[in-house]
Amino acid sequence: MASVSVRRLAVSFGHVKVIENLDLEVEEGEFIVLLGPSGCGKSTLLNTIAGLIDIEAGQVWISGKNVTWTEPKDRGIGMVFQSYALYPRMTVQQNLSFGLRMAGVPRAEIEARVAKAAKLLQLEDLLRRRPAELSGGQRQRVAIGRALVRNVDVFLFDEPLSNLDAKLRNELRVEIKKLHRDLGNTMIYVTHDQIEALTLADRIAVMRNGVIQQLATPQDVYHRPKNQFVAGFIGSPTMNFLTGRLILGAAGPTLDLGSVSIDLSAYGFARQSSDVPAVLGVRPEHIDLGAASPGHFAANGKVEIVEPMGADMIVWSRIADTPVRIRVDGDSAFRNGDDIAFHFDLARASLFDAQSGERL
Amino acid sequence: MQPRFRNWHVQLALLPAWLIVVFAYLGTMVFTVRMSFTSSKGIPIMDDVGLRQYDRLFHTDRWTISVENILIFGLLFILGCLVLGFLLAVFVDRLARFENTLRTIFLYPLAMSFVVTGLVWQWILNPALGLQANVRNWGWTSFTFDWLEQGDRAIYLVAFAGIWQSCGLVMAIMLAGLRGVDQELWKAARIDGIPTWRIYLHIIIPALAPMFITATLLLATAVVRSYDIVVAMTAGGPGISSEVPAKFVIDFLFTRQNIGLATAAATVMLITVLVVLMPWLYLQYFRSAPGARRAA
Repeated sequence: MASVSVRRLAVSFGHVKVIENLDLEVEEGEFIVLLGPSGCGKSTLLNTIAGLIDIEAGQVWISGKNVTWTEPKDRGIGMVFQSYALYPRMTVQQNLSFGLRMAGVPRAEIEARVAKAAKLLQLEDLLRRRPAELSGGQRQRVAIGRALVRNVDVFLFDEPLSNLDAKLRNELRVEIKKLHRDLGNTMIYVTHDQIEALTLADRIAVMRNGVIQQLATPQDVYHRPKNQFVAGFIGSPTMNFLTGRLILGAAGPTLDLGSVSIDLSAYGFARQSSDVPAVLGVRPEHIDLGAASPGHFAANGKVEIVEPMGADMIVWSRIADTPVRIRVDGDSAFRNGDDIAFHFDLARASLFDAQSGERL
Repeated sequence: MQPRFRNWHVQLALLPAWLIVVFAYLGTMVFTVRMSFTSSKGIPIMDDVGLRQYDRLFHTDRWTISVENILIFGLLFILGCLVLGFLLAVFVDRLARFENTLRTIFLYPLAMSFVVTGLVWQWILNPALGLQANVRNWGWTSFTFDWLEQGDRAIYLVAFAGIWQSCGLVMAIMLAGLRGVDQELWKAARIDGIPTWRIYLHIIIPALAPMFITATLLLATAVVRSYDIVVAMTAGGPGISSEVPAKFVIDFLFTRQNIGLATAAATVMLITVLVVLMPWLYLQYFRSAPGARRAA
């Protein structure tokens, strides 16, 4: 039974349709990340699941109950916000217990739950402090604690780490992952940060213009992107795109780039295709230097720009006048103008229809 | 060179301001206090009669009634403005579509001076001209609303007119505060299932504490200054039943030719204000001083 199920959802603000006919099934105990650029409707979807935004059509089911018209507090959810949204004049203790007190939970039960959450999130020494006296990371831990004490099945996170600096973000990211491991709750997490998505998610839903482009494991999303948008959105540095024409000749399929032709016989086609304009996507780390292996496409070029990034280094060269990035070891020595030979495995590449952007 | 004298040209530029502070503010204050120890009548004289004017002041019915009235007026006016202004702000905030219209309507009275406010309400509440006369003309001949002519009620009507005039200002301040409240705070409270009125009571109002302090200070200065609204509405009457301290001072200074008594009353007002302000000033300037020094 799905823990959270969104069926044929439609949401609009005034005349603007933000989400149309969206389906999403989240399994019990699953960690789903909604990933996409700003304005793609991911936060709207999350707020709809929380019951904070009225929907136009469709249904929302949580833990087997139709909660489409249920108040947020009765949906069995806890939510964590980007701005922490802590009650400003209350101590951490009061922040954690206020909702429970309003719900009429017995005092002893409240104390037990607060103590448990405080222990889990290492907030015990901070219980007497007010939000203004806490650091950003501590505030967000309190906000997570406030969701925790509600003893709910589903946690919703709305860009919880976006207001933190890079170091704290990494620390808290691991803490959230540990929390999911220890609690085993269903979690739905909205972010625009692909690293967060890739590290945390069981499955990632990549969204664009209110439509889920691909819902798959981080591996699948990264290595077998369903369309060109997903391929370009995920991965840093970005995937290389080589635009040409797919030709299904007698000698096997090739991609004609004009001056160069790439043999595609090693590529695993996702579906039947005809001669169409196509785009070949190759990740920078899948291009290797040196002599070619069988089934690989090999090329020679000159180094145009070198970008050292510490652990690795991005070398810019060209294939048939298209700039390509090649990720090499950070300790290599390259200089502009050096001649290099490189190759890549077509089995690891992705081919897209240039018109629809769909994977071929 | 001492750091204090290094910026002498800055101090020079500030000199006019210093002169105004020393002579216009402090100078007149000292002069007023000095006068309160004299037996000056129409013209200031420099004798010394000790605390005799104060003794007389607190045996003057008109003064004790003034003090009583200003307490009633001040309490009602400040509380009324804060409560009503906050409620109006919540109302406008929730009805975002008509915000501009409503805001203008509620702020309009503020565009009028206290004199005009007093005059208008004096007409409306005057039993012979306003509300009572009209209702009687419509046929309800036994209708009576003549608080303006009842000595123990008039001051409440003055407070009412004051609230009518000033609650728009409080609304504007509160509205700015409400708009500054993080929208995610509302969402978080809804997830926690907190009833709306409790969100306002336990989360929003505490978060608006600085707005309430600002509004209270503004209203409190209006209370201390209150003179024009009383003059326009009741002229202190019926009899002396709606007198206030500021009116007492002005009347005795310019009409009744009793500088000694008037300055004694002014001094009592000054001391009262200082006593009320001291704790606040202490908190503002002295408590933060150690931190400021550490930062420097």
